[in-house]
Amino acid sequence: MENLYSLTAHALKELMKKDGLNPSKISEDVFGRIEAVDGRVKAIVRVNKSKFSNTKSSGKLSGIPILIKDNICVKDEETTCASKILEGFRPPYDATVVKKLEEAGAVLIGKANMDEFAFGSSCETSCYGPTKNPWDLGRIPGGSSGGSAAAVAADETILALGSDTGGSIRQPAALCGVVGLKPTYGRVSRYGLIAFASSLDQIGPITKDVEDAALLLGVIAGHDEMDSTSVDIPVPDYTKSLVKDVKGMRVGVPKEYFIKGIDKEVDEAVKKAIGLLKSLGAKVAEISLPHTEYAVSAYYIVGPAEASSNLARFDGVQYGLRADRPEDMIDMYVKTRSKGFGDEAKRRILLGTYCLSTGYYDAYYLKAQKIRTRIKEDFESAFKACDCIITPTTPSPAFKIGEKTNDPLSMYLSDIFTIPANLAGIPAISIPCGFSKDGLPIGLQILAKPFDEETIFRAAYTFEQSTEYHKRKPEL
Amino acid sequence: MKTIDKAVVKHVAHLARLSLSDKELEAYSSQLAAILSYISKLKEVDTENVPPTSHALSTLKNVFRIDVLKPSLNADDALANAPQKEESFFKVPQVIEGK
Repeated sequence: MENLYSLTAHALKELMKKDGLNPSKISEDVFGRIEAVDGRVKAIVRVNKSKFSNTKSSGKLSGIPILIKDNICVKDEETTCASKILEGFRPPYDATVVKKLEEAGAVLIGKANMDEFAFGSSCETSCYGPTKNPWDLGRIPGGSSGGSAAAVAADETILALGSDTGGSIRQPAALCGVVGLKPTYGRVSRYGLIAFASSLDQIGPITKDVEDAALLLGVIAGHDEMDSTSVDIPVPDYTKSLVKDVKGMRVGVPKEYFIKGIDKEVDEAVKKAIGLLKSLGAKVAEISLPHTEYAVSAYYIVGPAEASSNLARFDGVQYGLRADRPEDMIDMYVKTRSKGFGDEAKRRILLGTYCLSTGYYDAYYLKAQKIRTRIKEDFESAFKACDCIITPTTPSPAFKIGEKTNDPLSMYLSDIFTIPANLAGIPAISIPCGFSKDGLPIGLQILAKPFDEETIFRAAYTFEQSTEYHKRKPEL
Repeated sequence: MKTIDKAVVKHVAHLARLSLSDKELEAYSSQLAAILSYISKLKEVDTENVPPTSHALSTLKNVFRIDVLKPSLNADDALANAPQKEESFFKVPQVIEGK
């Protein structure tokens, strides 16, 4: 028999149901895998042994191990956002998604590494040091949910949760060869997710295949009175969308995503994937999203502006770090924040504070919000003529550790294809669609209208079930 | 759009309650200048009469609830993570002049 840790949640559910597999065997097996490989991958910052059993035996995820990104609060378990400023913080409450997972019987095995406060595209800004890409330990796993994606790819967990503000679920999923979904803004409660940019953040699944993503989204989605931006519309049974058929589905391919500078192998793999869907009966047409080239600029105003405001709460008063021997109150704030925040967090706080400060607000923040309207309108008009949109997830496969750390702008541009979905609030998935000659995974992004995750699942499932890419595993 | 220099970065750092070393000031000034110069391409887009989007979903409306008493975090739990506390208070350096 295969190792249990290498299986999907739906396969394990089947084994428990049909063969009477004891769920404690699954977490034991997964824990053994973590011991064997995490010294090299460094995807997990804390294993929560106290959570290793969940006695609820009837839930949808009963006995299934899941890894939680370290910016999602788990009651009494250290939660740090991979930042020194939150060292030792033990939340006095559970995030709504955590509560839902525990009610569904999932086993919360631990916390995943990430870029500090989710600021990054490579996992290199973590105060714990970088996570490595399981396909090539000299490369980055992507970010900011790099620990979650790398752990799923390395079989250190069955499922994982990430969060996505500008691509932080989809970009690492693409670079690690796994499935990552950013749901529609408002689909999943953000209560207990430590805020980065409140108008963009969304929690979502990172999994080994599309079926697991549908299963996990079904558990975490839904209205929550603790998050007034969560939307009160019914959660469909997403597993019903797992239909291998795209006949007649209208697929839009935006010309602005196939630009100069995109890696040749990525370009080829994505075009080949589109060809496959066409051969399966999808109606493919070129479309235009004319404001695409402004998305990164708008995002690097809106994101940091909201972040600088959200991060004002880390001042040494209520939790986390407090600097020693402050002269007075202001000095305590300054010393605590200067010591506690890492380089990228400071950079974004500075950028955001600048864009919001007197005399600059109209030129930056307000302008960016108007561009956001334009980007949203681009998608609205595109979805009049198509059911989903297909693009590459990233402009290139995983880059080398250290390659972009001294050039923040080039790091920011690695999110060029994922950012528009956050600005428009629409759902988007990344699924594996090929490998480079060096054996690095390539991701395909599928986007749909708000609250139409079902079309995404159908298209993604059809592609996945017609290919073998999701079955390939890294050698560790 | 305006650009950024060391004096501006220093001012912004003060607003954000950060102190920067000379080396940090140097690095952030040039990096932020490069980022802002990239961002300035937004000028190309005519946004006259375009309403701003502060929230992605048009379905959002004000959310109200009935004002009823419900259990909430107790003081001990709320203070459990405090770097310094006294009785049921967060303790901070003195802010009012006097003894």
